[in-house]
Amino acid sequence: MDISLSHVDYRYQANTPFERLAIQDVSIEIPSGTYLAIIGHTGSGKSTVLQHLNALLIPSEGTVTIGDREIKAHQKNKDLRPVRQRVGIVFQFPEHQLFEETVEKDIIFGPMNFGVSEAEAKKRARIALKQVGLTEEILDKSPFDLSGGQMRRVAIAGVLAMDPDVIVLDEPTAGLDPRGRKEIMDMFYALHNERKLSTILVTHSMEDAARYADQIVIMQQGKVVKKGSPEEIFSAPQDLMQMGLDVPEVVRFQLKLEEKGNIKLEKIFLSIEQLSAAVAEQLRRGVTS
Amino acid sequence: MMEKMIFGRYVPADSMIHKMDPRSKLTIIFLFVCIIFIANNWLTYTIIGVYTFLMIGLSRIPIRFLYGGLKPVLWLVAFTFLLQLFFTREGTVVVDWGFVKIYAEGIKMGFYISFRFFFLILMTSLLTLTTTPIEITDGLESLLNPLKKLRFPVHEMALMMSISLRFIPTLMQETDKIMKAQIARGVEFASGPLMERIKAIIPLLIPLFVSSFKRAEELAIAMEARGYRGGEGRTKYRQLSWKTVDTLQLAFLAVVTIMLIYFRS
Ligand SMILES: Nc1ncnc2c1ncn2[C@@H]1O[C@H](COP(=O)(O)OP(=O)(O)OP(=O)(O)O)[C@@H](O)[C@H]1O
Ligand SMILES: [Mg+2]
Repeated sequence: MDISLSHVDYRYQANTPFERLAIQDVSIEIPSGTYLAIIGHTGSGKSTVLQHLNALLIPSEGTVTIGDREIKAHQKNKDLRPVRQRVGIVFQFPEHQLFEETVEKDIIFGPMNFGVSEAEAKKRARIALKQVGLTEEILDKSPFDLSGGQMRRVAIAGVLAMDPDVIVLDEPTAGLDPRGRKEIMDMFYALHNERKLSTILVTHSMEDAARYADQIVIMQQGKVVKKGSPEEIFSAPQDLMQMGLDVPEVVRFQLKLEEKGNIKLEKIFLSIEQLSAAVAEQLRRGVTS
Repeated sequence: MMEKMIFGRYVPADSMIHKMDPRSKLTIIFLFVCIIFIANNWLTYTIIGVYTFLMIGLSRIPIRFLYGGLKPVLWLVAFTFLLQLFFTREGTVVVDWGFVKIYAEGIKMGFYISFRFFFLILMTSLLTLTTTPIEITDGLESLLNPLKKLRFPVHEMALMMSISLRFIPTLMQETDKIMKAQIARGVEFASGPLMERIKAIIPLLIPLFVSSFKRAEELAIAMEARGYRGGEGRTKYRQLSWKTVDTLQLAFLAVVTIMLIYFRS
């Protein structure tokens, strides 16, 4: 399912003294099957953009197109449920949304709201639980008796069980330990590859953006300031640093190496393997010539 | 969703009302609540109304914002009006539909009481809109200080109040966030049959309770960790200062009161 935002503005608390233009003239294309990462400083409007992707926020100006559904500013947008079924959102700290008596009931809550039968929902719950790396024993426990990391995984399973075509992730691993972080990110990447899920990820980790994304959007003060593939984005590391954003460790290493080691590689590499191969190649050539 | 709520919210501005001492504002509100009961005819109600809107004008709070925020309460005002209208049985009958009779007195009482209610809401909202929760608490604590002699826990009450006022916006934000999360999971809060909508409250309320309790506990621990031991011997960073405006405002209220007593029937 393709999603696109075209010239979207959003104002929080319009017509009050607290009015605030959170995003301005944002245009982003997300063709079906893309893995898009959105990066930017805190308060740059990333979460605001995300909430437009399943019509939780209706643009103040501009148009959001989700599949064949158009959501425009200044008009009544009725019956948004079908849209929300196809676009699953994992919010920042999703464990805050848990409420049921048991983990199982909480996971099937979403699918059943969208009219899936109980038997089918329970089947999906088991699959989703496995995907997020939990075992079935947990199903009968109260979600409030779990550890923070387990709660996070249960909440994510609740979104996966809705079987969305698009999955939207707002810093899904914030506050997790490094291993849990990697497990969850790898899990989403596997889902993206297996089911061709479009994935939109908001993250502060340049490593994650470089490793997983096909496209990167950089936001600053409510505006999109840069778009492109990871190679394009990170090939101008000075620009990023000027904006006060980090670059992946590999890139930083390469820059230092070029500065101190007196070599120049033909492009920026985003993984250690590629970089070391290129450096080895360069050295070999250096010796022979 | 919850964005329009204005209760317990402070709107910063540079106005005469904002600059007043919280003690004078609290005293004025208290007196206002009493003297509003002096009004008993059109003229006296008009005086109260003019006074209220004068204060709103002086506070520089945009009327449109005030109106947006008070819209939900206006229903309550309208309800009060209808209640008086249908249940007062005095004076001459104006409308007679057999089983419902509307009396002249009912119409009058309806207007009076709903306006009284309306002005009270406006003035109390004005207090919270122009005074930070901290100021309100400091003011209250200072005004109630004499009660300490009677072993009334003034400081503790003030602290409880400031904590609840402080967390109203947080609670609103949290409500908004959890509502959105549940809407994304297919809950309909705003449409659908009544029973469904009532059921939809549960996925909202439970997470809110859980996080409120958690927050309360964390706050208690944080206070303890920073050595909080209650009001004994505690000094204040913010000092209250009574200014000429405050005296003038109180004098003005006295004039209004005298006018009310003079013109009441
Ligand atoms: N409910 C709200 N009311 C008023 N302003 C808001 C509201 N939510 C967000 N904002 C403002 O909109 C701007 C964008 O917020 P947003 O949450 O989209 O930022 P973000 O990029 O997701 O930040 P973070 O990385 O901290 O999550 C911020 O300046 C914020 O203050
Ligand atoms: Mg955010």
